[in-house]
Amino acid sequence: MPNKKYVLRADGINKSFGAVVAANDININISKGEKVSLIGSNGAGKTTFMNMVTGYLKPDTGSIYLNDNDITQLSPRVITQKGISRSFQIPQIFEPMSAWENMLIALGTSQKKYSYFQNARSKENSDYIDEMLSKFSLNEFAHRQVSELPGGVRKLLDIAMALVRKPDILLLDEPTSGVGTEEKYPLMDTVAKALSGENLTVIFVEHDMDIVQNYSDRIIAFYQGAVIADGNSEKVLNNRSVQEYVTGKTQVKAK
Amino acid sequence: MSQKFYTNIFFQSILLMILLIVVGIFIPNWLVFVMTKAIAYGLVGLGIITLMRGGLVSFGQGLVFGIGGYTAGLLGTQAGLTDAILLLFISFVFTGFLGLIIAPLLARYRDIFFAMLSLAFSMVLYGILIKIDAIGGSDGFVLPESTYFGIEPLAEYADYSLYVVSIIMTGIISIALRYYYNSTPGLIALAVRENELRVEYLGSSAFNVTVLNFTIAAGLGGMGGALNGIALGHIDPEFTYWTTSGEFVFISILAGYLSVPAVFLAALLLELVRSFSGRYFPDTWQLILGVFLILSIIFLPSGIGSFFKKFFDKINKNINK
Amino acid sequence: MVDEILTIFLDGAIYASWLFIVALGLTFVFGVLKILNIAHGGIYALGAYSTATLVPLFYLLGMPEQFVIIAMLFSALAVAIVITPIMERGILRRFYGQDEVLIVLVTYAIYLVLEDVQKLIWGMNSLYVSEPREILGALELGDLYYVGYDLALIGLAVFCGLALWLALNKTKSGKIVLAVIHNPEISGCMGVNVNRVYLSAFFIGAFLAALAGSFTAPLISVQVGISVAVVIESFAVVIIGGLGSIPGAVIGALIIGMARAACVHKLPEAEIFIMYFCMAGMLIFKPKGLFEGSQARKI
Repeated sequence: MPNKKYVLRADGINKSFGAVVAANDININISKGEKVSLIGSNGAGKTTFMNMVTGYLKPDTGSIYLNDNDITQLSPRVITQKGISRSFQIPQIFEPMSAWENMLIALGTSQKKYSYFQNARSKENSDYIDEMLSKFSLNEFAHRQVSELPGGVRKLLDIAMALVRKPDILLLDEPTSGVGTEEKYPLMDTVAKALSGENLTVIFVEHDMDIVQNYSDRIIAFYQGAVIADGNSEKVLNNRSVQEYVTGKTQVKAK
Repeated sequence: MSQKFYTNIFFQSILLMILLIVVGIFIPNWLVFVMTKAIAYGLVGLGIITLMRGGLVSFGQGLVFGIGGYTAGLLGTQAGLTDAILLLFISFVFTGFLGLIIAPLLARYRDIFFAMLSLAFSMVLYGILIKIDAIGGSDGFVLPESTYFGIEPLAEYADYSLYVVSIIMTGIISIALRYYYNSTPGLIALAVRENELRVEYLGSSAFNVTVLNFTIAAGLGGMGGALNGIALGHIDPEFTYWTTSGEFVFISILAGYLSVPAVFLAALLLELVRSFSGRYFPDTWQLILGVFLILSIIFLPSGIGSFFKKFFDKINKNINK
Repeated sequence: MVDEILTIFLDGAIYASWLFIVALGLTFVFGVLKILNIAHGGIYALGAYSTATLVPLFYLLGMPEQFVIIAMLFSALAVAIVITPIMERGILRRFYGQDEVLIVLVTYAIYLVLEDVQKLIWGMNSLYVSEPREILGALELGDLYYVGYDLALIGLAVFCGLALWLALNKTKSGKIVLAVIHNPEISGCMGVNVNRVYLSAFFIGAFLAALAGSFTAPLISVQVGISVAVVIESFAVVIIGGLGSIPGAVIGALIIGMARAACVHKLPEAEIFIMYFCMAGMLIFKPKGLFEGSQARKI
């Protein structure tokens, strides 16, 4: 029965790779505007889940719905067109080009109609790109080759590119991994600020529990392919199974 | 900035075309012929760099070069069609259309497999052509003299007439290609070259880009083949042989994909070396080309087009001031 | 009828053997160095020219006829010794790790150079060195007449293939090469001199190319342009068989050899077409070829 409340629904998802169970009867409903983090040790199934949502993998059984449209068997490209964008743990950007050009490409790919004989570097496009770059505090790097930019900047660019499409759901794959500890919060703050006022649904995979607590209002914990806890941070982080299999911490204060 | 840039390109190209047409009046006939052949080869090279912008190198453009050449030749000998403009146009469209049909087959491949499959296709055509005696087998056949709007020019103006026609038609195509390269889909092609995965996750199809680029390359190659055949007055299966395909790759690598005029310059270089070699250095022209190619790959990986691009960027900056 | 089948079979076997000897070095070099070497055909030609030069000298010196084979082997070795340091160490080494297609373009440039080196050294004349072809006599099977030398090519092909395969799989050095094929970085970390493996592998490939040329020289007129068809035909064999696979090269050579022999006798119009049709067909249906080469690199 279609349920118009949820922007993303995963129904009875199962996936195995030979003897390894990567997804064990996953049922998740996410509402519009939620900021959800997925936690779990490596191999717990959060990345597999993410890959199934983005179409890179197909579940063995079960279905995934985006705004009640069945996207289970669609390709990543079509799923992106329908409204799910993702960023990557290792930034997937266009190395020999500048940040500005990277954004131009993201903009170009998001446009439904474009001319084969009009310059991509139009005033309209330029204005939009400058705006997006400043939202992510990337203006100073705009015309430098991205392969030479620092890790945190590359990550921000990767995320900014995913947002050009104005997706319904933004998936962030370990946004702060590979970023120095003192840079993690500024990075997430920049992202949060860029997203403010949009009521975007954000799902992110994270290992850093402080980031998880500070930037998500809902946590879903995975272990051995199954969801072992799902709720707000106080509930999940004080859950004994979560403490045993994921965080290793015994006492967590609520935010 | 954009509209001025596009206008600049348009007028600069027209100027260059006029210059070339005028220069053609004063240079000797053999040089006009060489330049026409350079335009023919350059057209095929343009097709390859269109594909290179999408990350693919075709080792088999001899396929479309041959199809274009034989189309023009057969229309001439079998259908009595000798109007050069018409032949060039029909070859362009027909070969492009065939390219569109086989493109989906090729577009699934990358890197060395794409190169080898394109090579295989060209050799399949070669294998067919050398055995069809009705069209001359391995000897090929002679093309009738070309006409222009119904008029057959005097023998001493034949080369120049073809030259002018090819400058105009190629010029128009080159302008259109430059516009395409600078457009959004043209930019997406470059993105596919750099990171195909991300392009898919941004919602665009690398497959579609490749199909489009291959179709364009086919049309260009077909027109080049027709032009070459008409210029030579002769067509044979060598047009589709792997060594011919290799020459097109040579031109493309030497030129790089940054500049359109650079491709024609690289083609001209090849033709000049080839023409002079016969008389002055028959045993070293391939060696020269080979050395050129290696030096180009090592020291100028973006091709001689990088010089052209810097030059034109500077000009356009100054014009826009 | 039986005669016809026998003819096709023997012609096919001889041609397949020739193809295999030519393609073996090409697929091996790809397997180890990931280089699809267009200049392989150029080295082949150098082998033929070198034999066409050395063997007459050999006869002039009055050596016993039976040892002419040694002279041919020696001429192939000489080519490999000269070409390997120049090509591998001098040029190709700078491109390791870069785009595979780029390296192919470099080998194409080297091919162009070798074509002219040939002309500069030996000129435009055709050379003939048919004497070795007579040392093994001939075989008569009813109406069929086969030169012993041609049939011996089959033996040479089997020998080369087995020798290389055994060396790779049953010797210690061979296992080291296999390790480098699977993972050069880790092999390097384990103390293997990867550069030396590359050099040796290239040398073997060059030697095999020159060997093919050497042993083909008595069958043809050695002249400008003999490399051209060799390049493309050897490519067809390795693509069908699978880049880097020795058993693949065997099957690829057999397929093309038999198909071509059958066409020559039954459908001459398709003689050339069939080879590239098979190549295209394989690329379309099974791009990695019949056998995936020993290159299961996991990223």
